[in-house]
Amino acid sequence: MSNSSQRSAVLDAIRLSLGVKEGEKSRETPARKRLERHPHNIVPERARRGAKASISLFNETLEGQGATVNRVKTLAAVPELVAAYLRSNNLPAEFRTGDDNLLAKIPWGKTPSLTRQQGRGQGSDAVTMSRAIAAAAETGTLFLTSGPDNPTTLNFLPDTHIALIRAGDILGSYEDAWNRLRDSYGERSLPRAVNLISGPSRTADIEQVIVMGAHGPRRFFVIIVG
Amino acid sequence: MKPASRSFKENAVKALHDDGLQQALGKVRYGFVANRAKARANLPEFETLRDQARAIKEHTLAHLDVYLEEYEKKVVESGGHVHWAPSAADARDIILRLCQDAGAHTVTKGKSMVGEEIGINDHLEAAGIKAVETDLGEYLIQIRHEPPSHIIAPAIHLTKAQVEADFRDRHKDLPQDRILEEPAQLVAEARAVLREQFLAADVGITGANLLIAETGTSVIVTNEGNGDLTQCLPRMHIVIASIEKAVPTLEDACTILRVLARSATGQEFATYNTFSTGPKRPEDPDGPEEYHVVLLDNGRTEMLGGEFHDMLRCIRCGACMNHCPVYGAVGGHAYGWVYPGPMGSVLTPSLIGIDEAGHLPNASTFCGRCESVCPMRIPLPKMMRHWREREFEKGNMPAGFRLGLKLWAFAARRPRLYQTLMGLGMPVMAKLASKKRRFAWLPLAGGWTRHRDLPAPQGKTFQTLWREQNGRQ
Ligand code: SF4
Repeated sequence: MSNSSQRSAVLDAIRLSLGVKEGEKSRETPARKRLERHPHNIVPERARRGAKASISLFNETLEGQGATVNRVKTLAAVPELVAAYLRSNNLPAEFRTGDDNLLAKIPWGKTPSLTRQQGRGQGSDAVTMSRAIAAAAETGTLFLTSGPDNPTTLNFLPDTHIALIRAGDILGSYEDAWNRLRDSYGERSLPRAVNLISGPSRTADIEQVIVMGAHGPRRFFVIIVG
Repeated sequence: MKPASRSFKENAVKALHDDGLQQALGKVRYGFVANRAKARANLPEFETLRDQARAIKEHTLAHLDVYLEEYEKKVVESGGHVHWAPSAADARDIILRLCQDAGAHTVTKGKSMVGEEIGINDHLEAAGIKAVETDLGEYLIQIRHEPPSHIIAPAIHLTKAQVEADFRDRHKDLPQDRILEEPAQLVAEARAVLREQFLAADVGITGANLLIAETGTSVIVTNEGNGDLTQCLPRMHIVIASIEKAVPTLEDACTILRVLARSATGQEFATYNTFSTGPKRPEDPDGPEEYHVVLLDNGRTEMLGGEFHDMLRCIRCGACMNHCPVYGAVGGHAYGWVYPGPMGSVLTPSLIGIDEAGHLPNASTFCGRCESVCPMRIPLPKMMRHWREREFEKGNMPAGFRLGLKLWAFAARRPRLYQTLMGLGMPVMAKLASKKRRFAWLPLAGGWTRHRDLPAPQGKTFQTLWREQNGRQ
């Protein structure tokens, strides 16, 4: 069977089971409306607190899920924080980022011990850094978008992943974060990958014992700026 | 995979005598159950979310043709391709052809129950293409040539000693004297071995937890990150998903995801929820060149609108099996095919036929716990009854009508096993013991009860449930 005949075989079978009559267009209306308006369903109370409460919920939840979270006032404080984190974990003072504007604004040169490389993730990367476009406090979840600014491979290949987010980008709910993305990418349109990340990689596949660093990063370090 | 559901009874008895399996099952029963309860308690809106999740799926199923067409349109707009597969064989052919067109030697796989359902690995291997499972649990069972024994924890039946033995046997080029005692050491070894496969793969195949019509997006939910390496490194990403995975919007996806992880592992949210839309964009430095989605029917359209319609709401969280006393006693392999536990007892006969799977709808004590924890509020016991009624009409009712009950009683011969099962609050036992609160005798349990009475499990909730169940029967 060709793809088009297989396609109609499946769609016809659906319509037959649903008892749809030929040319019955009116039943499509509620579906099209839902896609257009994408109405909110219930959003938990914990995802509807103010900015300040959201940041502390974000922090708390993410740490509970095995991440390390730090907050600094300005971008200028980031290089020292990164250097200290890498030192304290006995990691090389070398990391890779994409072309993200905000990360480029950080005065890396002030901390000469740090080496920043740029490009997509490599199998040999020990440490990488990306910027999250938004976060949902309700479960300590960062939203990372693919593209040259923050290549997806940076999120999964290294042993240690650092994610930076501006305090103002920490929102309450997933819905808030998706709306932020709709503002940037338009309605009904997304970048190739949106990674919702809530901690380091983990597995419990052997006797239900939780082990960090199954395939993705063993350590997840989140820096809140602002 | 060739179904072995016909021999459920024999499988089950074997499982009860398998000390290794009982040891493994004993460890896991409480984790999932307690964690889910905690996650539920932490979210006051949980029950309302369940109602909404159910309503979203019902709305989607009532407009499934419209949403699938919209979904397809958006996938194509983002540069991807959609293939329609009426049967498992169609899906296998489509995937093999895509892999061959890509000149693939090695294919990495994220965990996919639909992949298991259609037996894609064997099909690719037969054509000379190496298929490597990358989810740790799936990898463990792949090297043992076993089917999964749980839909979210496929290797839940294995002990670390078994994993160690398998790794020593399989990873021959590693030093023989290496230490592989702790799960962390085993995980590190698997990570290193599979990392090479990720980097070498030509095609990555993943499943999908959701397909979003609004944006043409497929969603995978994982904790390991293997699904992401599977899909962002090779040249081609193939998504295999059954048609009922569709949801309308990103908002609808959020509602379902809020109940999924909490019901499954008891996590608030899985570590990685990945939303993929099409192949890499012109400016992207990484991601697959080609993005294909294979939409599988394989019996779903027949369930739609019929007696087993409700089963199409299933989001494969595994809560029903985690809370099932029969699953807890015999594990997943006894069910003989891909989907075990209560959801398997309903789904398997729909997918492979009641002739193959006729015993499964009897693998129940009718305690009702599966339905009470199912985030999508699927009336599993009722549907098991539907199957049995159908069989009864055909005059095919297997002799072991109350098979689940008998199995249960069988387990009671073993003090340790009995303790574990009792922890689950066994209503049937409570019922049998009714007034005295002690058992002097249990069906099949003579060996054990000859010497002492068994305390009957207590717990109002489940006794109440049981009474309700009985009332409805
Ligand atoms: S039937 Fe319900 S509880 Fe069981 S796997 Fe499906 S959604 Fe989860």
